[in-house]
Amino acid sequence: MTADKSKSSNGSTLYKPIDLTMKRYRYNPTALLEVLNSAQQALGFLSEEVLQYVSESMNVPLSRVYGVATFYHMFTFKPKGEHNCVICTGTACHVKGTDHIVKAVSETFGINDGETTPEGKLSFNTARCLGSCGLAPVVVIDGEVSAKQTPESVVNKIKKIACSGEMKGCEEDE
Amino acid sequence: MNKTRLEELGKNELDRQKQFTHRIFGCSSTACVSAGARSTLEILHLAVKASCCTEDEVEVVNTGCMGLCSRGPLVRIETAGEEPVLYGDVTPEIALKIVARHLPVDAADADKDCKELGEEEAAELFEIREELIKSVGVEDLDEHVISLDIPFFTRQEKVVLSNTGYTDPEKLEDYLAHGGYQALIKVLEEYTPEQVCKEILDSGLRGRGGAGFPTGLKWDLTRKQQAEHKYVIVNGDEGDPGAYMDRTVMEDDPHRVLEGMIIAAYAVGADHGYLYIRGEYPVAVDRINQAIRDARRRKILGRSVLGTDFSFTAEVRIGAGAFVCGEETALMHSVEGKRGAPRMRPPYPAESGIFGYPTNINNVETMANIPSIILRGADWFAAIGTEKSKGTKVFALAGQLRQTGLIEVPMGITLRDIVFEIGDGIPGGKAFKAAQTGGPSGGCIPEQFLDEPVDYENLKRLGSIMGSGGLVIIDETTRMPEFARFFMDFCVDESCGKCVPCRIGTVQIRNLLDKIIHGNGTLEDLEKLDKLCPIVQKSSLCGLGQSAPNPVISTLKYFRHEYEELIQVPETEET
Repeated sequence: MTADKSKSSNGSTLYKPIDLTMKRYRYNPTALLEVLNSAQQALGFLSEEVLQYVSESMNVPLSRVYGVATFYHMFTFKPKGEHNCVICTGTACHVKGTDHIVKAVSETFGINDGETTPEGKLSFNTARCLGSCGLAPVVVIDGEVSAKQTPESVVNKIKKIACSGEMKGCEEDE
Repeated sequence: MNKTRLEELGKNELDRQKQFTHRIFGCSSTACVSAGARSTLEILHLAVKASCCTEDEVEVVNTGCMGLCSRGPLVRIETAGEEPVLYGDVTPEIALKIVARHLPVDAADADKDCKELGEEEAAELFEIREELIKSVGVEDLDEHVISLDIPFFTRQEKVVLSNTGYTDPEKLEDYLAHGGYQALIKVLEEYTPEQVCKEILDSGLRGRGGAGFPTGLKWDLTRKQQAEHKYVIVNGDEGDPGAYMDRTVMEDDPHRVLEGMIIAAYAVGADHGYLYIRGEYPVAVDRINQAIRDARRRKILGRSVLGTDFSFTAEVRIGAGAFVCGEETALMHSVEGKRGAPRMRPPYPAESGIFGYPTNINNVETMANIPSIILRGADWFAAIGTEKSKGTKVFALAGQLRQTGLIEVPMGITLRDIVFEIGDGIPGGKAFKAAQTGGPSGGCIPEQFLDEPVDYENLKRLGSIMGSGGLVIIDETTRMPEFARFFMDFCVDESCGKCVPCRIGTVQIRNLLDKIIHGNGTLEDLEKLDKLCPIVQKSSLCGLGQSAPNPVISTLKYFRHEYEELIQVPETEET
């Protein structure tokens, strides 16, 4: 019911990529991951409505859609912040001191791994391995990969792009 | 048969490449891109345009990984009749100097008109030309030239990576020009499926995903099954932190993976295949998809492959970030659109895999070995390596080393050679402490075993595993209990929760490690670890749990004193 509403109102264009993916796989339940993936790409996260929509369209029980979505790390259920910082915590980065970067970012901006600042400016995640181990430690800010980072360089980079008045960690710059 | 057409395409491409006096290869692999390769490549393309060379004299190729990732962005210049020159740390400014040094940039030709270009582009080119002319003769590039005679390059033996860094991965013709799909043609013309399995078995190739099961045997098991459908899967769910071999092969030589897969399908009698690629590797997904499209257009994939009566289709499935999906039964569940939880074996995938049909699963690197084995023969392959481990292995060499990057070495090379020759030793005057192989499923190998040859059996004997190829070197500054906890944290997160020993055991091990690291541990806790680790190893359902305690066991074995130092001295000893 809620799903139907979203379909007819705000969903008509937003859900289009999801419809296309489902059509491409002929609503085959084996393509559930592909469909969820395109949903996340289209909306930025998986809302309750979209899970219900997928469940009804593909004729897969909601419990299974939810079960699959929560199993995989790549799916998120909360909207992302305006800017996104991903810190690699793979082995090579770990050995080269990525822990200090994680600590610096979460202390400076007051958010933990997987969280977004209250005003929605910055999201921060850690990643298992970005596969650029030769250049550790690696950090990705808004899709841009930076190599051989330090706590200071990362914090400064974030301040430069994401800082706004009310955000924690930005005070001393004002 | 379309075979002659393929050969013609390859030959034409080779002729086309030979006409250039200069070919400039810019590494566009992920590591170099993180180091800024995109702007380097952009300026290279512009600079060549701005030089006085015509388009049929010079070509800039965006190519795959050249190996020495720590010196990225890398650029190599091949000039007809000269030795190739490799440059490292190539910023856009350095790229201009390289062009100024190698290409005939002529000051007299400074006004070469740019009429055909738009105004903005012409102005930009003009600026670049000015820069180029200024650089001629004064370029100081000595510290950027990387000798190709250093052990990093000479000690390697390239099979799987033979094309990466030399071809354009997005171009089927370039793969054909380097002998691509010749193995497939040979197999379709000369071999029965049974003969293919035998050839691979004779070569001694073992699974490169880590467990080391003989590939030929696996294929033969699937081949013998009678079924309406059979499937082939390429496992590209490279989840080990510190490993990026499979990503590089998929990104930089996608057709090689595809060719190996099609040969596997012919050998086992499969009609459809999946390439399961980690979601964190969008470039690999794009390149493989592109390769599938190009192969389909040339009738290398699809109904009646190259005009024979063998048909095979392939598609990509994207993983969504679950380490356990590297396990074959979990991976199959994921391909079916379910939670990626493993199941009991038997039945093995060869008997009952995807949708209940016989399925053959191989790792990316395993598949990438196949074309070379078919073309050069099982005997050639079997001559490389040790008695039980044949061929080469690709390692992602990382950690506290002077030179890190992607290497391919013959099996049986010693760790010492890898660390001190290829990796050029530990920087900053620090001492080597351990080599960690196999990621969270592997262990730490201490200094006294540096001269042991690297092969499946030896690494296992030393308490580690070959794994998929992550090789992280740590120096004296890393404390082992914390290093072990790092891996346990990973396993706690990644445990799928299906079986108790793994779900609860990993958490208990982590808690014990935490207690010890925070200085609250007792000798009894150490004993608990000694007991608990083997229990988790023996009673877990799948490879994840069975190998999760390895980092703890191996560090307890070789670096026990570091744990003991953290444990408060009992009162009796204080007096």
